[in-house]
Amino acid sequence: MANTSADDRVVLVTGVSRDLGRRFARRLAASPGVARVIGVDVTPPRGDVGDVSFVRADIRNPVIAKVIAKEDVDTVVHMSVISTPGSAGGRGTMKELNVIGTMQLLAACQKAPGVRRLVVKSSTTVYGASNRDPAMFTEDMEPRRAPRSGYAKDVAEIESYVRGFARRRPDVRVTTLRCANVIGPHVVSPMTSYFRLPVLPTVLGYDARLQFLHEEDLMAVLGHTVAHERPGTFNVAGDDVLMLSQAIRRLQRPSVPMPGFMVGNVGQALRRARLAEFSPEQIGFLTYGRGVDTTRMRRDLGFEPRFTTAEAFADFGAGLMPTGGRVERVLAGVADHLPPAEPVEPAEPAGSVGSPRRPQPLEVPRG
Amino acid sequence: MGDAEIIPIGTRGRPGRGQGGAKPSSASRSLASGSRKPPASRRTPAGAGAEPDQGLPTDAEVVALGVESEQPAEPAAPTETSAAQPPAPRPPVRTDEPVPHGGVPVADLLSAFQLAARELFGDQWEPQLARLLAFVRRRITGDYVVDEYGFDQEVTERFFLAALRPIAQKWFRVEVRGADNIPAAGGALVVSNHSGTIPVDGLMTMVTVHDHTGRHLRPLGADLVFKMPVVSSLARKGGTTLACNEDAERMLRGGELVGVWPEGFKGIGKPYAERYKLQRFGRGGFVSAALRTQVPIVPLSVVGAEEIYPLIANLPSLARLLGLPYVPVTPLFPWLGPLGLVPLPSKWLMEFGEPIRTDEFEAGAADDPMLVFNVTDQVRETIQSTLYSLLMQRESVFR
Repeated sequence: MANTSADDRVVLVTGVSRDLGRRFARRLAASPGVARVIGVDVTPPRGDVGDVSFVRADIRNPVIAKVIAKEDVDTVVHMSVISTPGSAGGRGTMKELNVIGTMQLLAACQKAPGVRRLVVKSSTTVYGASNRDPAMFTEDMEPRRAPRSGYAKDVAEIESYVRGFARRRPDVRVTTLRCANVIGPHVVSPMTSYFRLPVLPTVLGYDARLQFLHEEDLMAVLGHTVAHERPGTFNVAGDDVLMLSQAIRRLQRPSVPMPGFMVGNVGQALRRARLAEFSPEQIGFLTYGRGVDTTRMRRDLGFEPRFTTAEAFADFGAGLMPTGGRVERVLAGVADHLPPAEPVEPAEPAGSVGSPRRPQPLEVPRG
Repeated sequence: MGDAEIIPIGTRGRPGRGQGGAKPSSASRSLASGSRKPPASRRTPAGAGAEPDQGLPTDAEVVALGVESEQPAEPAAPTETSAAQPPAPRPPVRTDEPVPHGGVPVADLLSAFQLAARELFGDQWEPQLARLLAFVRRRITGDYVVDEYGFDQEVTERFFLAALRPIAQKWFRVEVRGADNIPAAGGALVVSNHSGTIPVDGLMTMVTVHDHTGRHLRPLGADLVFKMPVVSSLARKGGTTLACNEDAERMLRGGELVGVWPEGFKGIGKPYAERYKLQRFGRGGFVSAALRTQVPIVPLSVVGAEEIYPLIANLPSLARLLGLPYVPVTPLFPWLGPLGLVPLPSKWLMEFGEPIRTDEFEAGAADDPMLVFNVTDQVRETIQSTLYSLLMQRESVFR
């Protein structure tokens, strides 16, 4: 259905004032098969939007319906789910933007007969993070503890509204992408600002499993979903997991382990200093971590991320100055004085220790 | 020619400033400040005293004739100049350079280090040390791989298992039977009885299984394990994951050897009087996981773990306060404080039973509760009867 009209697709992208949304809209406008891209946001984008026609509209009021009707939009990409209240003003505004904005957008879509496809960028935050979590969440699993506040609750509510919309408009193909924490040199998010701290507070005695999605892969998966008709809910994340301690070591940044309640206090201080955003759910994430199963992303969505979690993190970390790593440098100096074993040494861990017996633990064929 | 000139150089052990006089010359007294006098007067004779014995008169004269301008730091020079022209500007007496790295025997230390390295790592100490260093650097820079459950194979093999092995072999003297019942490859579910107040039996089973088969036993732990700080991160690194159907099935599908203790806290926290009486085997979730993934169930009976911390009482109110399932009171704990945490050295027997196949049941077997209960009972009966026979074979608790 959509492939027949592939040449004159009109795509509406929300949330283009922020960097990722703007870049995605721009890239989409340049891609073949898309006639027009309309970017919508409350504030104008800061950078160059290319061929995207920007419409300054608040998705919280019914103006958006007029835009959709007038421009004859057939695909809506909803990207304006914000994770931090920082830019929006406060938690109240953030919730309003996220939840009421989505409701208005969906209401407008429901009224527009031309809309054929809806792509929602959601987040793996909906799964929460607790000690009762399974190692890998599949799309069918519910969070063990329903999120009570903040971004996670917003995302959960948005997803439920999207499900309701999908029931009421069965002719619209709805794709929900639950993306892992997006990371990359240009991303500004609670996660990246945490890792940009010169000294990282961690929760004493816990080591979270982390998964990341590179910003390029986020663009790619959104573009892929717009280009191909794949309804459903999909986890999107880079392969493998990194432990938080491992990630910090790779950044060569010192960390300060402290009891959980103190991390909250430090987080508040950091928030006041506008250094980093520490919401309760982020502390939960840094305590217990989260892993999502991406089998369905490969099998049904047909998307293959270019960056693994480790590669995405390395790309992010490449632009950061190491603030620690003194011990490593000393050891490297000592190692330079022991030349004979160097050729022996990489062969030994690679064979026996470094790589587990199952080198690709994520690709467990299922079904 | 120079018989008179050589005399001023040294004082032959007498105090003085090279004049042979009993007292320092006025020139040297004016040079040396009052506080510095004693060291100055002590040092110069010692430094110059060696000179006349080996130094030929000609040498001394050459020095005196005017090489001093080129080599002012030479030890002999100050005395010479003071003798020849007392008020002339010259470097202060105390400038003689100390030995480079004075007091730090670098060469000695280096050779001692090499000796120690050779002692530690043998003749091939350089590559050995380089390998150790590479390992440490890999850890420090985070350049290692964990699987999706957070299992860190390197650190498990090098530290956890290495630390637990002597406990298993020397302290508990674990005796293993039927280790060949563990499949060498592919998914399998090891089901064991649980006892001992602290899940030491799980750790010992991990070591034993690894030592006998080379496979890593991946334990399923209660959610409390992942709630406790330190324990949580160690458990994940050691390969544990949460005891839930999703994780169990995922691991078994991935071909892992999974260990489960279905009695849970009921088994581990039962009083000593009820030792070796199996508790209820959970809700049979482990059986349905095995049925769904069609992996064999290997029953494991562990004798000896019951006696390591004989639980004689429980402090339920304190346990509620701490959010723990129980707070144990054993003959040694908490009376002896941390010393009470040393387990009693009981003799352990582990018997791996005949694997119970689950691939012969039809597809929907896991959804048939009666069948699941039957298989659960079968596993439980097998372990219970093996426990009794092992107890009969054991000479005593500690032997």
